[in-house]
Amino acid sequence: MSAHATDARSTAPGGYLLEAIEVSKQFPGVKALEDVTLRLRPGSVHALMGENGAGKSTLMKILAGVIQPTTGDIRAGGQPRRFSGPRDAQDCGIAMIHQELNLVPHMTVAENIWVGREPRRFGFVDHAALRRRTAALLEQLGLQLDPDERVGNLVVANQQMVEIAKAVSYDSNVLIMDEPTSSLTEHEAAHLFRIIRRLRDQGKAIVYISHKMGEIFAISDEISVFRDGRHVATDAVSAFDQNRLITLMVGRELTQLFPKGEAKIGETVLSARGLTLEGVFRDVSFDLRRGEILGLAGLVGAGRTNVAETLFGVTPATGGELRIDGKPVRITHPAQALRHGMALLTEDRKLNGLFLMLSVLENMQIASVRDHSGQGFVQQAKLSATCAEMVRALRVKTPGLDETMENLSGGNQQKVLIARWLMTKPRILILDEPTRGVDVGAKAEIHRLMSELAEQGLAIIMISSELPEVLGMSDRIMVMHGGHASGFLDRAEATQEKIMQLAAR
Amino acid sequence: MKNIAVADIALPAKEAPRRRKWPVEVSIVLVLIGMALIFELLGWSLRGQSFLGNPGRLLIIILQVSTIGLLAVGVTQVIITAGVDLSSGSVLALSAMVAASLAQSGDYARAVFPSLTDMPAIVPVLAALAVGAAAGLVNGALITYGRLPAFIATLGMMVTARGLARYYTKGQPISMLTDQYTWIGSGANPVLIFLAVAVIFHIALGYTRYGKYTYAIGGNLQAARVSGINVTRHLILVYGIAGLLAGLGGVITSARAASGQAGMGMSYELDAIAAAVIGGTSLSGGVGRITGTVVGTLILGVMTSGFTFLGVDAYIQDIVKGLIIIAAVMADQYRRGGRRNA
Repeated sequence: MSAHATDARSTAPGGYLLEAIEVSKQFPGVKALEDVTLRLRPGSVHALMGENGAGKSTLMKILAGVIQPTTGDIRAGGQPRRFSGPRDAQDCGIAMIHQELNLVPHMTVAENIWVGREPRRFGFVDHAALRRRTAALLEQLGLQLDPDERVGNLVVANQQMVEIAKAVSYDSNVLIMDEPTSSLTEHEAAHLFRIIRRLRDQGKAIVYISHKMGEIFAISDEISVFRDGRHVATDAVSAFDQNRLITLMVGRELTQLFPKGEAKIGETVLSARGLTLEGVFRDVSFDLRRGEILGLAGLVGAGRTNVAETLFGVTPATGGELRIDGKPVRITHPAQALRHGMALLTEDRKLNGLFLMLSVLENMQIASVRDHSGQGFVQQAKLSATCAEMVRALRVKTPGLDETMENLSGGNQQKVLIARWLMTKPRILILDEPTRGVDVGAKAEIHRLMSELAEQGLAIIMISSELPEVLGMSDRIMVMHGGHASGFLDRAEATQEKIMQLAAR
Repeated sequence: MKNIAVADIALPAKEAPRRRKWPVEVSIVLVLIGMALIFELLGWSLRGQSFLGNPGRLLIIILQVSTIGLLAVGVTQVIITAGVDLSSGSVLALSAMVAASLAQSGDYARAVFPSLTDMPAIVPVLAALAVGAAAGLVNGALITYGRLPAFIATLGMMVTARGLARYYTKGQPISMLTDQYTWIGSGANPVLIFLAVAVIFHIALGYTRYGKYTYAIGGNLQAARVSGINVTRHLILVYGIAGLLAGLGGVITSARAASGQAGMGMSYELDAIAAAVIGGTSLSGGVGRITGTVVGTLILGVMTSGFTFLGVDAYIQDIVKGLIIIAAVMADQYRRGGRRNA
């Protein structure tokens, strides 16, 4: 199958299948990985742990040939390799199983596994051989699946098994799994673990990424911990316990200054009771008060953004009660949320925030147009003046209000979006990752602004994946895990460790 | 709560020097002038007479394109929302048939409503506008509530409306319309109506809430929704307006021809889209102006008139027209530096 003399199918003198040695990856503006070394031995499940943005995904992509490291070596079977792409890595015996499945629903199990490599006879696909090979492969994995079943008819868990079978079919000795249990039930996950153990016993190296602590201790043989793009620790699983793991994951100096001042906390403005969005999050209850910043912490996928979008009516709640100033309200559309004095800075600027082709002016004023138009005509002079004032107040770096939005830097785009919402004079401000992808200077300014807004009596909900930011800015912290609020922490008692305990249990 | 955020963090920011932007209209006006001059030159050298020095011809050019111009004003707004409307030519025909059936004069047997007496022109006009608007609203509802792609919804409407127009009189034309009605299409009236409509929607797009929302939806539908815009209602409104303008086109066409024919406005929808695109409206949405569309319409008109003036084969005219449309879209892609692949 592969012409390489040495690859991840043969072991190096040190006994490693695949090694990443002092690998760094520089993206524009950020160093995602710095001098990271990882060694994978045969017959071992190696778990990668770390917070969001710790560098796990980047490392994984480098191992699988999706991206190339800026510096450092990749060695497969002891030989230095430079993968030109995932295909190249595959030929060296490295396969990655992505979080989102890449199967063709209307093709059969067998066709999906061997797509592009079907056994041929006289130029036609040899269906008998195809079925034979698939049956043998499924047998090897202990999977009871019909090779002729259409993949679209399988439940998600079985589709995942097909994905794994496909990865194994490349004669791979290194399998990289990115949160493979995120859409599986406990029972299905247990089945997956049996298969992983079977593969391990066949001498394969498995890289396993998950945020679920329980799983990590159940399945892995070795654990490597990452933090802020650096490798922190690697050891046998027996050397860790949950507390040590959490300390290693978050144990970082609070280097940045987060200037949340003492704000007078006033009466409750917004209160949610048992807020539920069927199938996404359930039974979320909290109060938000004037002058308060409520931090929303949790790992990616815990449902934080969904709660924000439900509060704002983007995805209306399916259950629970919402009160504003003590009066029950139902919000089923963002326009209603706006009328109630709410504002939402969305997480994904490009997807549902920016109008890239329009001017800074249009981007800033769009949410205020409703309240600044008489008989349908927009009071442009007044709006333009307000926008100009905002540009100065938030120090947006732009040549002018008529500059096209896409020519601004990420930080300045974010400021324009913040300005958009401040112009609606909100009383409740929801900020979803307000400083993501923003440079350090702009970040400090956004933090200072938030602090001032709170002092002026705004009630703020801030979602952030950066623990120092959550700790520095929040008066109270709601931690989410798996679609529900797993706990609340006051500013005084909150620590990174306590948050991670609640977020990753 | 007043003046949030304009707190003491304000610094006297230095006003950066502004880059003067080159409006898209300038370049297409140059194309228009250049094209007219080429015909002028060819006119002298090939036929020994002036192309432009003939006021009658210039009026005819504008008269001929004013109907397509009306449709183009409507479809420009639809395209700005990142949609498309293929139904305008057929809706024009249906509206023309309905209007004509209500505008027949009493001296002849009426095709559809035998017992009617002569009616004031306002009745057929309003009926045509209502038919057009209704078709547009249906388009909008299919796209928003029905979740159909605009291309499919309006393609269906295009075929259906044409069918209805034919079925209405079993394909028979409706002629002998009242003088009051045919006056609408006489003289420079169609041109005046077109220009009035263009001015109205130029103002609407540039200076009203309606316009701001239209650009926002085309720029980023999700962001528009989150910004509190009722996207569904607005899209239905935009398609409704496009339909209304097609209905108005039906009035003018039937009044000018003094009859209603089911084959009217055939493939006008494509000319209208072409005029919008030549005028700088981007098929990826969020970008486009009525002034550009008006110039785009004139380019199409000058082209047709010039070719006829030079005696160029009608088939070759179509070939050249097609190439010019392709060139216009390529220029649009080039302008945005290939960042967006529509």
